[in-house]
Amino acid sequence: MRKLTFAQALNEALRQEMRRDPTIYVAGEDVGKYGGIFGVTAGLLEEFGEERVRDTPITESAIIGSAVGAAAAGLRPVVEIMFIDFIGVALDQLFNQAAKMKYMFGGKAKLPIVVRTTCGAGMCAAAQHSQSLEAWFMHIPGLKVVAPSTPYDAKGLLISSIRDDNPVFFIEHKMLYGLEGDVPEEPYTIPLGVADIKREGKDVTVVATMAMVHKALEAADELAKEGIEVEVVDPRTLSPLDKETIINSVKKTHRLVVVHEAVKQAGPGAEIAAMVAEEAFDYLDAPIKRVAAPFTPVPFSPVLESAYIPSKDNIISAVREVLGK
Amino acid sequence: MPVEREKLVELYRTMLKIRLFEERVAEIYWEGKSPVFNIAADPIPGEMHLYIGEEAVATGVCAHLRPDDMVAGTHRSHGHYIAKGGDLKKLMAELFGKKTGLCQGKGGHMHLFDAGLHFGCGGIIGAGIPHAVGAALAFKMQGKDNVAVSFIGDGAANIGAFHESLNLAAIWKLPVVIVVEDNLYAISVPKSKSTAVKSNAERAAAYGIPGVLVDGMDVMAVYEAAGEAIARARRGEGPSLIECLCYRYRGHFEGDPQLYKPEGEEEEWRKKDPIPNFRAKLIREGILTEEEANKIQEEVAALVAEAEKFARESPWPEPEEALKHVFL
Repeated sequence: MRKLTFAQALNEALRQEMRRDPTIYVAGEDVGKYGGIFGVTAGLLEEFGEERVRDTPITESAIIGSAVGAAAAGLRPVVEIMFIDFIGVALDQLFNQAAKMKYMFGGKAKLPIVVRTTCGAGMCAAAQHSQSLEAWFMHIPGLKVVAPSTPYDAKGLLISSIRDDNPVFFIEHKMLYGLEGDVPEEPYTIPLGVADIKREGKDVTVVATMAMVHKALEAADELAKEGIEVEVVDPRTLSPLDKETIINSVKKTHRLVVVHEAVKQAGPGAEIAAMVAEEAFDYLDAPIKRVAAPFTPVPFSPVLESAYIPSKDNIISAVREVLGK
Repeated sequence: MPVEREKLVELYRTMLKIRLFEERVAEIYWEGKSPVFNIAADPIPGEMHLYIGEEAVATGVCAHLRPDDMVAGTHRSHGHYIAKGGDLKKLMAELFGKKTGLCQGKGGHMHLFDAGLHFGCGGIIGAGIPHAVGAALAFKMQGKDNVAVSFIGDGAANIGAFHESLNLAAIWKLPVVIVVEDNLYAISVPKSKSTAVKSNAERAAAYGIPGVLVDGMDVMAVYEAAGEAIARARRGEGPSLIECLCYRYRGHFEGDPQLYKPEGEEEEWRKKDPIPNFRAKLIREGILTEEEANKIQEEVAALVAEAEKFARESPWPEPEEALKHVFL
């Protein structure tokens, strides 16, 4: 099959959806001629023009807030917040406005908004351009949180997100943009709220998100050499979370390691671990382990940054621990 | 600008509708709460922010709007909704938290929504401004001549979203009108202590758009200023800012002791009360007779009574409904 990068897959999803549905528009800082700082909106301005591909001022609150109004009036905005780190100034529009309206208004408001943003460390961009804040958004009822790990998933999940009538917070890990993978040319959807088993195994379940999926797969390859079969589950959507797939996997393997790049304290792993402890405690043969970043801001120096980001070796150690090996 | 008799009577009727509706709400509100102020008590639970005194603003602006024009209101928005042509029964039922309310009891008095009237409002100061800008963007992209109006208080003009939204609306030349209701106070803080310029109308210059200051106690003054701004927006000439100087006769919320208001201030503003003054003017100018004006008063009072009866008799939502509508 044809290979695309993660960024190209997202670009193709936007392009195909914009061709299909004239109510979709794209807006954000530098999404026009520049094509988005990671190239995800490249070429859209040339094809769809300035009406539908809108460069905005540096104005995050108005970017998301205007998307709320435009969506309520019949459009399907796909807006970009360049870095998740910048979302603070626009949080009200995201969690009080976009996420709450359909509920507060008795289910009568339809808000088909996609907010695309980037997360993750690995570029030595330091503490204000490298965070993984997905847990913040998982805590908000009414907001769907999507976090793809492969080019294939990225395209299918973005198309589903655009077609969804709820506000979707779509997080792209910036170290994945260059990753290549098989991507079908035709448009396709991947249902939101459905996890994917990226590798089957019977000894231990590793639930990993975004860039960590790949580290978990590498760890699984290495552990396979010594006969340990790791099942890697990628939730793909963090809210709503596919509890069933995770629990069924734990019921099969009896062991759980959760891996994410967000800091450990109150991170997504806390939710997943608690959910498994509540619903599948009797199936567990060992305490749950979490592999996550330490509770610090993201450091700048490459030496410090790589110490900060959870590694393949951290995952291998955690797996050995839950197996008592 | 000559205004037809029918329109003048409609302006009067609308202002009265807001006033009588809210005066009744103010009475009902205390039913369960006195002698002890128990905010969550029936029949109208929660906080209550009333618009009494500011009726000329919503009325004068919304008189130019069609049902398919959009209005983004505030936390003090009964008046905006009623002026937009809202349903008194569903409005009252929402205040009561009943299943038959505008939002089936999910929103309450600060979070009103009516898709058919393109009306929404909320409890976060200034948050509706970008929503109006976004609706205006949608109208423009859809090739419609609709207009979006954002009502805000003078306090909201100091939040970031105000400035971001005006700039965005101006560079994109969107059909949006921002109406600032300067009722002298942001909760308790007077504008002189919150705002560096005398009038927010002056701030329009910073975005290269027209800004006007009008007497918000005079429905005709508001009607004329809004008429120009809305017509301009409909013609595709971009946004405008209107500041209406007005006064809320009541506190920020019901139960507010209003210690921040100087003595005698309200009495002065009562002389400018938009409703009796407009009634007197209509009678003086032969638009209405005393009897006709009284009849309007009775009709409106009957509508309010009907809305109250509807709300009181409506059922509560089922507890399970709390779990619905998190996602559509």
